[in-house]
Amino acid sequence: MNAKRTDFLATVIINLIVAAVVGILVFLLAYILISGLPHVSWTFLTGTTDAFSGAGGIGVQLFNSFYLLVLTMLISIPISLGAGIYLAEYAKDNWRTSLIRSAIEVLSSLPSVVVGLFGFLLFVVKFKIGFSVISGAIALTFFNLPLLTRNIEESLSAVSRSQREAGLSLGLSKWKTEIGIILPVALPGIVTGIVLSAGRVFGEAAALIYTAGQSAPVTNFADWNPMDAASPLNPFRPAETLAVHIWKVNTEGLATNAAQLSAAASAVLIIAVLLFNLGARLLGNFLYRRVTASK
Amino acid sequence: MLKQYSFDETAVQTFDDSTSLAMKTENLQVFYGANHAMHDANLAFPKNQITALIGASGSGKSTYLRSLNRMNDGIATVTGKIWYHQVDINEPTVNIYEIRRHIGMVFQRPNPFAKSIRENIVYALRANGLKDKAELEERVEKSLRGAALWDEVKDSLDKSALSLSGGQQQRLCIARSIAMEPDVLLLDEPCSALDPISTVKVEETLLELQKKYTIIIVTHNMQQAARVSSQCAFFHLGHVMEYTSTGNMFSNPQIPVTQDYIAGSFG
Amino acid sequence: MEQTNFQLKQQKTQSNDWSARLHHATRATREDWLGKGISYLCIGVIILVVASMLWFITSKGIATFTQNHVSLGKFLTGTDWAPDQGKIGALPMIVGSFAVTFAAAIVATPFAVGTAIFMTEISPNKGRKLLQPVIELLVGIPSVVYGFIGLAVVVPFMRSVVGGSGFGIISATFVLFVMVLPTITSMTVDSLRAVPRHFKEASLALGATRWQTVSRVILRSATPGILTAVIFGMARAFGEALAVQMVIGNAAIMPKNLISPASTLTSQLTTGIGDTIDGTLPNNALWSLALILLLMSLFFNALVRVIAKRGQLKHER
Ligand SMILES: Nc1ncnc2c1ncn2[C@@H]1O[C@H](COP(=O)(O)OP(=O)(O)O)[C@@H](O)[C@H]1O
Ligand SMILES: [Mg+2]
Repeated sequence: MNAKRTDFLATVIINLIVAAVVGILVFLLAYILISGLPHVSWTFLTGTTDAFSGAGGIGVQLFNSFYLLVLTMLISIPISLGAGIYLAEYAKDNWRTSLIRSAIEVLSSLPSVVVGLFGFLLFVVKFKIGFSVISGAIALTFFNLPLLTRNIEESLSAVSRSQREAGLSLGLSKWKTEIGIILPVALPGIVTGIVLSAGRVFGEAAALIYTAGQSAPVTNFADWNPMDAASPLNPFRPAETLAVHIWKVNTEGLATNAAQLSAAASAVLIIAVLLFNLGARLLGNFLYRRVTASK
Repeated sequence: MLKQYSFDETAVQTFDDSTSLAMKTENLQVFYGANHAMHDANLAFPKNQITALIGASGSGKSTYLRSLNRMNDGIATVTGKIWYHQVDINEPTVNIYEIRRHIGMVFQRPNPFAKSIRENIVYALRANGLKDKAELEERVEKSLRGAALWDEVKDSLDKSALSLSGGQQQRLCIARSIAMEPDVLLLDEPCSALDPISTVKVEETLLELQKKYTIIIVTHNMQQAARVSSQCAFFHLGHVMEYTSTGNMFSNPQIPVTQDYIAGSFG
Repeated sequence: MEQTNFQLKQQKTQSNDWSARLHHATRATREDWLGKGISYLCIGVIILVVASMLWFITSKGIATFTQNHVSLGKFLTGTDWAPDQGKIGALPMIVGSFAVTFAAAIVATPFAVGTAIFMTEISPNKGRKLLQPVIELLVGIPSVVYGFIGLAVVVPFMRSVVGGSGFGIISATFVLFVMVLPTITSMTVDSLRAVPRHFKEASLALGATRWQTVSRVILRSATPGILTAVIFGMARAFGEALAVQMVIGNAAIMPKNLISPASTLTSQLTTGIGDTIDGTLPNNALWSLALILLLMSLFFNALVRVIAKRGQLKHER
């Protein structure tokens, strides 16, 4: 066979592969949206779940997902910001730094089920906090920290050295330079990373089934005092999220319409994740234009 | 081909009256790891004059200049003494942030903050505790006037500094430095990224500024050194070879290496 | 008169004690201490998390051997898993995990490399506009959704095509294939892009066809990068829990074929850990499975490093 024909054949095969990959995504999205969206209604989005069968609405789960997301971000953003600044600004190029980097690498490559089990061991077994919002949020933090830290470090390091020198030469402290001068320039990248990681956190289930738990006790949405047991804000109540709900319904769901329920819940989850991805892009671009003043 | 010159044959002027000096270095040496980039630099800088540091690229001008306000901390090892108001500011116990407020610096590439023009100037002032609005406004105007930028930007102080032209950005950087009311202003090839018209503007600004500040400027451009400076130091391969008045330097250089450099045989 | 703590202002009027002034700690010095403290603390938290994770899971995981005195050899080679009867042979899960991981990587790699070649060599424009978002979306889909589709589509499909229950290694492979595809693709794209342009131009200038250039020059010089990409994909497949658990059938028996229910380390952990009591053999045995997962994750990590080092050496030569 001559080289020209091989070349042609290879091109055809590659095109077929690409068509298959695009086809898979189109099928996935179409399947979920077509089979799920018809069952999504206002009552579904706000209703409560039957504790035994798992049938019914996903109102509480949806709230739990967002609540966990917010708590996770509240804990993980400051820590990864500090850690990212450490790596970008204070870390020297020595064995200790490479050890720290390896540790972060290890944490980011651990399967989320292992992170979840560690959270379970720590909060549920050792500290006896039980399945709770706070256990889940901390487990998600563990899972989120390495990615955010790396993203923040990369965004900070990408800012030109000359900006740092400008700040330092005016007698600003390193810290002030980093927070006041470098951080605003790095913000578009950091925000994009945060919103993307929010999408990941929102869809995560394996780290949650043994930390935030698999039950969504009916909460009283009129009571916003976090100290009250029935309050949705109570950080010590178990909190099944939307992603965990999908898993639960599918694996032990006794509901007769389990397939419909999970299709609808998956559609909601997918749309939320798509919105996060889209939001990350738009917000990143918007901030970038503001920072660089290119209108 | 580069000729070999003896580093023993130097002609460095000294000053008897130390009260007229703003700064002075004694046996200043700089090492980048194993690279010995600056050898025994002994230079003194008279107050309210412009001193130019000239020499071929890589001769250590920036290295020397950056040592003067401790910008080489964490990058290079600097030994020797740097006298400033009878204090050796090369000591590790010295507060480097305080030093840098008294000895300001402007870099080769304009590096305004990605903030508004006003914010570029007031940011560091505010960080240092100056809160009074009126006073801040006053400093903005004064420093922008000092850097000959006021007329061009007075109506657009809230515009992003990045929207300015290169020459305007560099003058903003000068304004930002003088807003701190330093004693000494260090400039590292401030015009190398600028067009000729902006260069003239910056030079005029410097001539005006020397009334209030001591200025040390690195330049690659001998005409520029001749136009603005009163003293001139010639650097060669990490050594200070000759230091004298600018007039002498260009009309009557003392040693062969300077003569060849001024005549344009290398550099 | 109003007091101002702005020291620049004072310098003109105050005494001439420059030594004191230049040695004094100022706001900036304090800020720097604070900033250093904060950032060291934050990195310390992360290190503490990693260290305690390694420590706790290791100490829990070895309890099976130190407290329950199960022999390590029996644990790794035994094929009977019934912890409540004292039988803890983990081989079925180990084999299951490796089987789905390798199978998924083998299926996904040609697709990933083909897509990456398309994105970098054939149509960079379509690659950026169409395929980049496709890859990002595939990464973004949560694993429970993959599991759900596996359950709703792949399992019934397998049931009708090959018979049986439809649960098993082949269904898990299918699901994992789609899940690792974007990981391998995007990393392969990076490594193809890193091939110096002049390699490619030299080859084309010698009259080689595009495919000859791609296969002989570009793929060859990107091999370490592609290998790394595949290992990352395998690490993801090995550690994936819920999507696999939903379609593999969760039978802790040695897999005899690809179409009967089997189980993996992760699926066994997900289904089992909530039903056992802390400190008992069945519970400890599960933690030992978690320890294997952890060690494998460290192994994949180390492998990536070794390849990266090798690749560097090759480039230096
Ligand atoms: N950050 C640095 N790290 C290592 N070496 C440097 C660094 N900056 C400058 N050097 C070295 O110091 C010598 C002098 O450089 P420099 O001071 O920049 O010269 P000039 O400003 O006269 O062009 C050169 O050999 C250069 O390679
Ligand atoms: Mg220079």
